[in-house]
Amino acid sequence: MLELKNVSAGYPGRTVLRNVSLDACPGRVLALLGPNGCGKSTLIRTAAGLQPALSGEILLDGKPLRDYSSRQAAQRIAYLPQSRAVPGITARRMVLHGRFPYLSYPRRYRQEDYAAVDQALFQADAAELADCLLPELSGGQRQKVYLAMALAQETETILMDEPTTYLDVRHQMETLRLSRRLAAEGRAVVLVLHDICLALEMADEIAVLGEGRLLALGGPEDIYRSKVLERVMRVCLSRAASPRGWRYFCELPEEG
Amino acid sequence: MKDLQTSFIRTESALLVLLLLTVLAALGSLCLGAVSISPGEVAGALLGRGDGPSAQIVFYARLPRTCGCLLAGAGLAVSGTVIQSVLENPLAAPNVIGVNAGAGLLTAVCAALWPASPSAAPFAAFLGALGGVLLVLFVSERTGASRMTLVLAGVSVSGMFGAGIDAILTFYPDALNGYTDFRVGGMANLSMARIIPAFWVAFPAFLLVLSLSGELDILLLGGETARSLGLRARPLRLVLLTLAAALAGAAVSFAGLLGFVGLIAPHIMRRLVGEDSSARLLLAAAMGGAALLTLCDILARTLFAPYELPVGVVLSLLGGPFFLWLLLRQRRRRGMGRA
Repeated sequence: MLELKNVSAGYPGRTVLRNVSLDACPGRVLALLGPNGCGKSTLIRTAAGLQPALSGEILLDGKPLRDYSSRQAAQRIAYLPQSRAVPGITARRMVLHGRFPYLSYPRRYRQEDYAAVDQALFQADAAELADCLLPELSGGQRQKVYLAMALAQETETILMDEPTTYLDVRHQMETLRLSRRLAAEGRAVVLVLHDICLALEMADEIAVLGEGRLLALGGPEDIYRSKVLERVMRVCLSRAASPRGWRYFCELPEEG
Repeated sequence: MKDLQTSFIRTESALLVLLLLTVLAALGSLCLGAVSISPGEVAGALLGRGDGPSAQIVFYARLPRTCGCLLAGAGLAVSGTVIQSVLENPLAAPNVIGVNAGAGLLTAVCAALWPASPSAAPFAAFLGALGGVLLVLFVSERTGASRMTLVLAGVSVSGMFGAGIDAILTFYPDALNGYTDFRVGGMANLSMARIIPAFWVAFPAFLLVLSLSGELDILLLGGETARSLGLRARPLRLVLLTLAAALAGAAVSFAGLLGFVGLIAPHIMRRLVGEDSSARLLLAAAMGGAALLTLCDILARTLFAPYELPVGVVLSLLGGPFFLWLLLRQRRRRGMGRA
């Protein structure tokens, strides 16, 4: 389990977020929401150990994250950055690199790694893309491949920074359904999302970031009722019951 | 799966073809020149049978020259492949970013100060190349340099090191016999005594680079992803560039400032074997570079026989247009919003 305790995140001389405490629990999907520039990406990168916390403590299974070697950490936390390089390699090879943290020098991939890759490709619905070159894929297809790579990493915790960018609406929903499935398998899933309606509909827990701190943390129901999202995002939220639960709607407040 | 097998077989056969090409180039290099020698005579001379003039030529002129071409070509091509991957810059190569010039400067210093110990040259050249690499790495990290900035920084670094070489040769005109050859890169007057120490610098460096090919694959995914996979990208970049410096330095120490092998060979090999596996790409670059330089050297000494051109001249005639083509392609890509 990944725990953030009073973590301040940012860059030397510029603190973006102060005193954030939250947990990524196995079996649950946590969505980070907030306006542009509120520090969602900074926080998730800090949680992944890619940049040091300015203060506070990050615990992984009860032990400080900094006590793990980068390889040990990579066996426990997968991180999908917002923007990525597009090397001229096949999708299968890309996914195979998710197994890198499990290899020791001189890093030769084993039979079990290839098996894990096939499974990850299947899970991410990217099996038919396996032999295509990444630069030849569409943004959405590439996203599936990156997701498969994170799955091949077989970590307890998966952090994704805006995994639905570049995706059409169907692929967005599929990505979120996959997140739910991963949580059902017992993994902790943390997502940075822009679509607050989608987040309210599918996350177990929502963290609202803004004004340089964690404004609210709770289940979708509590967050909706507290109206904190409406205040910080400056929109009006409403919802309607549907056979599959609440559907949320978002609109601009009336002018004047 | 079938596609994957086909591409695997294609890569494997590409490697085989390259091996064959390298062997043929080496054989051609032993046989052809101002005087043509038959393969039979060459074989005889190499096995220690025969002591006529042709055996002398094979042993004291053609063999060192061929070994030199193979070693320098392989070294520079692998160095270029590593530099391009690590700096994520297709325009980078040892001669472009000032690595060759750095190696050349310290080779000149070494030749001027300790003319009696040629075996020190490759080590000095390695240090010079390392200086060039570190300078460029510093510039690229400090400025988050664009591809062009890096190339321009390389031009200025090369200029400074080149001025240093010229200054030394003004004071010690005899330091580098065959100055023109050194300046453009040439293989005339090579002896095994100068190649063997370079081999002992280049060969271990090549093996180490090959053993780090898995890491190199990950580095290609970008710094952020590499680190999230548990790779410590910064020290690794430094190690790989140091090894690239050793490879380029070893080549420059006896072959002079050869341009363009380190640029052309990696590009051709990327097209030929793809980028899926850095290990295969490195092997292909080694063989492709060796074959390319050897073939160019054969051209250099047969085109105007009995006169011969320094091989660097031939390479620049081929490499210059190639570099321009790369620049144009870069521009076109940027136009498409994919820079």
